[in-house]
Amino acid sequence: MELQHINVKLHLKNSGVADLEPLISVFHDWVKEQSCEEILIDVADYRHVPGGPGIILIGHEADFSLDEGDRHLGVRYNRKAPLPGSNQSRFRQALKAALETCNKLEADPRLSGNLNLECQDIELFINDRLLAPNDPSTHHLVIPEIQQFYDDLFGKKNYLINHQEDPRKLFSVLVHLFQPINRANLLKKFAAS
Amino acid sequence: MKFSNQFWKEKLKEALVEPLGREIDIFETEINLRRQGKVEERVFAETRLRRGVYGQRYDNGNRHDGKAIKVLEFPSGSATKGPNTLWDAPGMQRIKVPYGGLNASQLEVMAQLAEEYSDGVVHITTRQDFQLHYVHIDDTPSLMRRLAAVGITTREACGNSVRNVTACPYAGVCPDEVFDVTPYARALSNFLLGHPDCQNFGRKFKPAFSGCKQHACGLTSMHDIGAIAMTRRQGDKEIRGFEFYVGGGLGAVPYQAKLFEEFLPVDELLPTTQAIARVFARLGEKKNRNRARSKFLVDDLGIEKFKALVLEERGELDQDPRCLQLLREAESCHEEPLKSAGDFPGKGSRRFQEWLKTNIRRQKQPGYVVATVTLPLGDISANQLRSLADIVRSYTRETVRTTVEQNFVIRWVSQSDLPKLYQALEVACLAEPGAGNIIDIVACPGTDTCKLGISSSRGLGAELRSRLTTKSLELDAAIQALHIKVSGCFNSCGQHHVADLGFYGVSRKVGGYAVPHFQVVLGGQWTQNAKAYGLPIVAIPSKNIPDVVSRLAECYVNDRLRGESFQDFIGRSGKVKVRKLLEDLIRVPAYDVNPLYFSDWGDPREYSISDIGKGECAGEVVSAVEFDLASAERQVFEAQVLAEEGKIQAAGETAYNGMLYAAKGLIRLEVVDITDDQDEIMSQFRTKYYDTQKFFDPFAGGKFANYLFAAHRRSNEGYTLDSSRRLIEEAQLFIEASHSCYNRIAPRVAKS
Repeated sequence: MELQHINVKLHLKNSGVADLEPLISVFHDWVKEQSCEEILIDVADYRHVPGGPGIILIGHEADFSLDEGDRHLGVRYNRKAPLPGSNQSRFRQALKAALETCNKLEADPRLSGNLNLECQDIELFINDRLLAPNDPSTHHLVIPEIQQFYDDLFGKKNYLINHQEDPRKLFSVLVHLFQPINRANLLKKFAAS
Repeated sequence: MKFSNQFWKEKLKEALVEPLGREIDIFETEINLRRQGKVEERVFAETRLRRGVYGQRYDNGNRHDGKAIKVLEFPSGSATKGPNTLWDAPGMQRIKVPYGGLNASQLEVMAQLAEEYSDGVVHITTRQDFQLHYVHIDDTPSLMRRLAAVGITTREACGNSVRNVTACPYAGVCPDEVFDVTPYARALSNFLLGHPDCQNFGRKFKPAFSGCKQHACGLTSMHDIGAIAMTRRQGDKEIRGFEFYVGGGLGAVPYQAKLFEEFLPVDELLPTTQAIARVFARLGEKKNRNRARSKFLVDDLGIEKFKALVLEERGELDQDPRCLQLLREAESCHEEPLKSAGDFPGKGSRRFQEWLKTNIRRQKQPGYVVATVTLPLGDISANQLRSLADIVRSYTRETVRTTVEQNFVIRWVSQSDLPKLYQALEVACLAEPGAGNIIDIVACPGTDTCKLGISSSRGLGAELRSRLTTKSLELDAAIQALHIKVSGCFNSCGQHHVADLGFYGVSRKVGGYAVPHFQVVLGGQWTQNAKAYGLPIVAIPSKNIPDVVSRLAECYVNDRLRGESFQDFIGRSGKVKVRKLLEDLIRVPAYDVNPLYFSDWGDPREYSISDIGKGECAGEVVSAVEFDLASAERQVFEAQVLAEEGKIQAAGETAYNGMLYAAKGLIRLEVVDITDDQDEIMSQFRTKYYDTQKFFDPFAGGKFANYLFAAHRRSNEGYTLDSSRRLIEEAQLFIEASHSCYNRIAPRVAKS
């Protein structure tokens, strides 16, 4: 089963209290500098939509956002363009991009004290209902692949995995880690693999 | 872009009813042909616009970053989907929702599309449409198939066509209406969709319906045609009809619609509109885009002459059995409640009471109400749409509509369900009070996504909403009742002309810098179907607009006469006095004193309009002949594909059809009513183009025309591998010759 359009959302600990306004300037600067691998196009501000996509940095191959969906603030990477390789490599690419986004946000003084980028929950979505309808057959086929991905990264006994079951929503799994993510270590691991 | 694009056609083949499925297949082929450079970009631009596939800001690849223009280097390079419109640049998909009527499944599909192809948000427009932004053109056929599977088309949502037919969202339940206009809006929408007489307009054409004269909901005065429900007694029978208006429109210079007929019987609605469409297509301006709307034609001719031409055209129309059939079908559809009628709730929290006061409207059916779901700036997330679908299933028979104020209304709610409904809406963050009052601000997309935007209408709308919400309860009732509408430019998509407080974006140069401004337009009349348009008073820097609102509100509260409306107050005060009141707000401080004035609301970049694009509102002037020729080419392309697949008979038939399309297109230049009858096409082509030698190639003479005649003679004989291949070749040559012929003889206007 080929999975494309992987989304990763890193749930932030200060959900619901952050002032996202400074992020608009930060994202505009990223467009100006074209500071990601993806072509960056524009910034969309949806702070007026409660529980919505927050502020989005629109790109060609992917969007980046401080997403407020389901009332959890998180850094989200939404891969739009298909990628070659295996499902494992696409999971890795999306998680790596989300982690790098956190690092960049953390490095920006305009956001200091505003966002707590610590994260212990990772939500992984497949943003394509035809490839991955949110039903038992997808669950049966995909969960082992996702478990394999997280086992390799965190070790088998270091997380809990939950599948979101509303068939109308995107297929997604939420992983709760027993320890907060160590971004530097994870990125090192990705660099080495 | 989506990996699954290759699979949706197969997946939905059972769900797609014709002609929707076939139309999308055709559009997909046109996309492929454009990608291969086989369709001219201007023709393709109008083709996609007529499928609702619109351009978006920066789609020429240029974006100002606050200091300079930067080029966006898309993977497809310089490939285009229209003049100055790059292939990979994200665009907007407009989705038509006739009279705003939807069901729960359609809401759910809309949510899916927003997540998978857009940015997770659906936007409701001031004409009851939906819009999705940041959509890649390669995804549009899949998106359209998924819509078609739930009975929605995007056809003619943009371009020079009949746009969404709008109607009062309370039609059928409003205590003040004369009768329910829904069936007539539905019938007209179905009748005009893809109608041959509506394919050759110089600009768009917008119809609207209202059930009464006094309220705003239908906004009939600002439409190309506006129909207001009326009845007349004929003997002992009551006859339904419409007070019928034509030639209204906003845009840079707004025109009030003119009375065409005091009483147009309902059975005359469709043929009369068809006759109007014919007159507009025939006489409407096509060269000067700024004078191509029907309002200019009606104004230039005068209503009496326009009417005479329409009636003459009407007299020549053959009776179309579809007209009465569509009307009777539509009239047989009725909404029913899900729950029994109930009593209005007496108690509840202060917020609930406030919501009841502003968002609930009693229906003419006792015990039922309409609940308005207010959407800030017309935006709703995918999760909220799913919640709304659940809610309308739980409390109604899925009777939900969009409104021209960019909200939803849930109809047929039993009054006794209101506390539970409110709770459910609150959980979904959809229970904001303030429907239709000063915080329910209407704004077009403006500089956020529109190619023509000059100032940030949504940025200003969000700022005003945020400031006014915090003090809305303290505001005087007369202030709470005011309407604010914001457009990003003079084109009026935010309908600023019909607001109490209207604003449209303009730019001013101050100290060598561009500064975002809004022109203040005051005194428009929203009620009586947008009876009067406001007048521009003065341009004010964007950052001072919140002060304009509070100052005017304060002045109105203090100085109004007893019972005086805001419109009358502005009229009595006079332009000079109002301008004087705002005089000090015109000034812009120097850049180094306050640089905030030099960026727009919600956009920290230093303001610039140097990356503004060429709008696509006007579409491309592409004649019906050019469409026929493009269709002919597509057919020959499809014939080639069929031949490759070994489907010999189908390949031959399709190639022959391509020739017929091209011939018909040319004949249409002289015989507007040319039918699809093959013998008729042959006969007309021979008379008009062969016998006159108009079609003759300077070198080959009548050779290519003879290909057509031969193909027609052999069309019943069946095709072999050789004959179908030969026919495909001949069809291609015939179409080339048709293009040459058209280039030689077409009126200049069609080619300009």
